[in-house]
Amino acid sequence: MRRDIFQAIADPTRRAIIALIAVQAMTPNAIAEHFDTTRQAVSKHLKILTECELVTQNHQGREIYYFLEIDKMKEIDHWLEQFRKIWESRFDQLDTLLATLKSQQK
Amino acid sequence: MKNHLQFDFLADKEKNTLTISREFMANRQMVWDCYTKSELLDRWFAPKPLTTKTKSMEFHEGGHWHYAMVEPNGTEYWGWIGYHKINPIDSYTSSDAFCNEKGEINTDLPQAEWVVTFTDKNENTLVETIVSYQSLADLETIIEMGMEQGMKATLEKLDELLLTLKS
Repeated sequence: MRRDIFQAIADPTRRAIIALIAVQAMTPNAIAEHFDTTRQAVSKHLKILTECELVTQNHQGREIYYFLEIDKMKEIDHWLEQFRKIWESRFDQLDTLLATLKSQQK
Repeated sequence: MKNHLQFDFLADKEKNTLTISREFMANRQMVWDCYTKSELLDRWFAPKPLTTKTKSMEFHEGGHWHYAMVEPNGTEYWGWIGYHKINPIDSYTSSDAFCNEKGEINTDLPQAEWVVTFTDKNENTLVETIVSYQSLADLETIIEMGMEQGMKATLEKLDELLLTLKS
């Protein structure tokens, strides 16, 4: 399941869909209007996004609205951020080491 | 915080690469040494509060660095960096894998390819590291591996510490 998330966001159309419904929940038709592809293609994308729990559906009357699951998106950025912190920490240590080596050279 | 040393961290989710660029206040030879000599690597490679220890280092084409990152509680994470091409003091390429204390590589876990380039930036050195994975899912596995409970908690403590330092 977790693997799918990253394949899901690797696709530019799906990223665009995410950006759209991040602002407000939309029906599949409303989403499809924003793209040059077919309604079917958009449905396929929505299915993938739903399968990896990035978006959920809400029925309102006869319409289905797609919502963005904010927490999942935060998860992705969260681990990128953790990775970045690891690098930041080791580089800070390298800074200190270089300063020590330079002072030893004098 | 610090002086303005360049630090870029770019994730390319389509190419499954991370490009990390960092400027250091030292000349290229010194920075190269820090990346390629085990006695120096041991002093900075593991992110705090882990420490690094080298089991064996053979920095040449076809060689390797067999090392462990050690948590304060003693837990060891063993790694194997295999060196492919080396162009002193310009660049080198390597692969980065998980292994055990004997140096047996864990082929179940993802490996990454590194391209590390060193360039002069006035009196400083700019190091660019491009880390590539087969897929973004591999990258997440790596993160999860390193992020055992202990390390997660540690990073949270680091967050708190940074907050107090900034205020």
